Amino acid sequence: MSAHTIVSLPDQSTAKLPKVNYINAEQGILSWLLTGDHKRIAMLYLISITFFFFIGGAFAGLIRFELLTPQSDLVAADTYNKFFTMHGIIMVFLFLVPSVPATIGNFLIPIMVGAKDLAFPKINLLSWYLYVAGGILTLAALVLGGVDTGWTFTTPLSTHYLNTHVLTAATAIFIAGFSSIFTGLNFIVTIHRMRAPGMTWFRMPLFVWSHYAASLLMVLGTPVLAIAIVLVALERIFGIGVFDPAKGGDPLLFQHLFWFYSHPAVYIMILPGMGVISEVISTFSRKRVFGYTAVAFSSVAIALFGFFVWAHHMFIMGVSNYSALVFSLLTMLVAVPSAIKIFNWAFTLQKGSITFETPMLYAFGFMGLFTIGGLTGVFLGSLGMDIHLTETYFIVAHFHFVMVGGMLMAFLAGVHFWWPKMTGRMYPESLSKLAAVTTFIGFNLTFLPQFILGYMGMPRRYAAYPPEYQVLNVLSTAGATVLGVGYMLPLLYLGWSLKYGAIAGNNPWQATGLEWQIQSPPLTENFTETPIIDYEAYDYEWLEKKTKDEVTTVG
Amino acid sequence: MDNAIVDTHEVHEHVSLPQHRHHFETEEQQREAGSFGMWLFLLTEIMFFGGMFFAYLLYRNWYYDAFAAASNQLNVPMGAANTAILITSGFFMAIGVWAAEMRKRKMLVWMLVLTTVFGCAFIGVKYFEYKEKYKLHHIPGNNFSIAMFVSPQNYPQYPDTYAEKPLMPDMAQKTQVFFFLYFAMTGMHALHMIIGIGLLFWLTWRAWRGDFSSGYVAPIENFGLYWHFVDIVWLFLFPLLYLINRHPLN
Repeated sequence: MSAHTIVSLPDQSTAKLPKVNYINAEQGILSWLLTGDHKRIAMLYLISITFFFFIGGAFAGLIRFELLTPQSDLVAADTYNKFFTMHGIIMVFLFLVPSVPATIGNFLIPIMVGAKDLAFPKINLLSWYLYVAGGILTLAALVLGGVDTGWTFTTPLSTHYLNTHVLTAATAIFIAGFSSIFTGLNFIVTIHRMRAPGMTWFRMPLFVWSHYAASLLMVLGTPVLAIAIVLVALERIFGIGVFDPAKGGDPLLFQHLFWFYSHPAVYIMILPGMGVISEVISTFSRKRVFGYTAVAFSSVAIALFGFFVWAHHMFIMGVSNYSALVFSLLTMLVAVPSAIKIFNWAFTLQKGSITFETPMLYAFGFMGLFTIGGLTGVFLGSLGMDIHLTETYFIVAHFHFVMVGGMLMAFLAGVHFWWPKMTGRMYPESLSKLAAVTTFIGFNLTFLPQFILGYMGMPRRYAAYPPEYQVLNVLSTAGATVLGVGYMLPLLYLGWSLKYGAIAGNNPWQATGLEWQIQSPPLTENFTETPIIDYEAYDYEWLEKKTKDEVTTVG
Repeated sequence: MDNAIVDTHEVHEHVSLPQHRHHFETEEQQREAGSFGMWLFLLTEIMFFGGMFFAYLLYRNWYYDAFAAASNQLNVPMGAANTAILITSGFFMAIGVWAAEMRKRKMLVWMLVLTTVFGCAFIGVKYFEYKEKYKLHHIPGNNFSIAMFVSPQNYPQYPDTYAEKPLMPDMAQKTQVFFFLYFAMTGMHALHMIIGIGLLFWLTWRAWRGDFSSGYVAPIENFGLYWHFVDIVWLFLFPLLYLINRHPLN
């Protein structure tokens, strides 16, 4: 398909749902709960992370309602602390970390590399059960009375001063961490050992590359979080003193261990999203991703640099000036591979046959918001600015631009993009475009004022604030309401489409990925025969030729 | 369905083992994937222990005198005996892997039993070491006592400590950090041993049943990797905790 043709999607009115697919291959609730099929586990994950997303979102709503007025009047200040803690724990550990990898990644990685399943299906299922156990413990901490450490469990606050359910929440995160380790381990082994004949490393879709990089972070980073949490628990239970200055311990050691995971964790969250964006941008521009190799290696570079920037969370905590200088420099280096991606996506769009389906709208949202989020990250990485801006709403706005504006947009782009593949049915296009636009507007209205608030000096994590900040806070709360509507809409219409959506057919987007060459929803073992790959990724001429030669359509 | 998809079924057609899982093309692929996964898991274990090794490095630099004094209190003969026991256990495990590959069922079972016995012996010795620490009030917490380090002259029955210079009380307090790290690191190591011994019982039973006598040896090989990893962690712990800066044994 040359760059000048106007795309005509295949006629979907003749498409039929395949009689046998992974959804109806086996019946009964146990066939889901004991399944080894990566696609079914992905759907289990999708349901459970959606559940936790809306719980975390409800807490975000409560936070915004409390901040509608300067006084702490909706809830008491310590309840407010529990709100933002629960919001943070749920959104970081139970939504963002598993969001794309455990759902879309789980569904697609084996298909994209041409395998029948992930290398260790039972471990994949175990990973979901661990996630659920972690989720239940988090809910237990919530129901029993909450926890108010902030999601960062900062010592000595978490070890000495709080009498809330720190241990329950910490155990939840410890367990959820292993779920993430197992997902990463499964992906790495699958990508190394299960690729179909001809699927070389540089023929893999960029989605797989970014998941590979994120998996490296999961496997190497998460155990360090696990040991940090174990030490906090021992400190709380036995008072062993490793983080207690009175006994010779060092509270900063906790910060080092915690951020050694939790900084790479933001790349665990964003990298899979970047993979989604690569697929979506290429498909709806009908062009190979510009600079494929550069984009692939930039994922690995982000993963690599990501391990050497953690101390930028501690610039104001008394680390040495020299190490602060080095970490500041390294932090800015991360901007380079991130910019490589953004520029390459922009060049992919150039002279492409762009169409504006919903996933593409979300992808555009991602590119703009992630760029703002990334650039403000450079502000925070520079030492002088950081001392002014850290622990203010500026930093809140910064990471919400990356995590919500970036990752959540990418997640929704991915869910819409692969919805036809996962369920066999289309989502309603105009309603979903409305949702995408609503999300974008609501998001900006929520978080742009927070940059200004933070720059003016409003600190984060307080239930009350001086009255002169109220106008911007009201704007932000209004935006959060719009944003909430933007997130409710997909839940409703995607649910609706499961039964009433138009039948999608194998390849509604005319995309080149291997997953689009099989039936939707796929068979339990994905392929009828092992595919042999003799073409590059994003080869639209190959697809055009193949479509021309195709004699039958699968009914 | 597709011109790029070619039937490759004939290539791999042969009688497969009952343990061959359907989603792997070949048994070779299954075996490689399994051992690769195990190596990755061990990598996560290195990172897990790494956090504690990092803490050890930090506090050893800060509280050098306390660490030297506390380290000299540890029981080297018991630690050395445990090192020998663990290496022996690892040796039998290695023979066990060989026996599985050679499809010698009886020998495999015996080797796994010996591995288990020596693993349990290690835990046993560890028990007596911990007991000694308990008696001396060297377990961090409310009952921790620094008496031995502020006045070592009162402990002639511990020649290594007896020869130490007394520590100032504030530095002596820091021995608690050493003992915390000692218990956390050896405790986490012992926990890995106990999990390993649990797995050994299960593997021994399966080996006795004959599961690994027909060429399917992946669980034995992968468990062997795990067991050797646990050995190696000890081979780092022993010198770091017991031996560094110990003055010549007299």
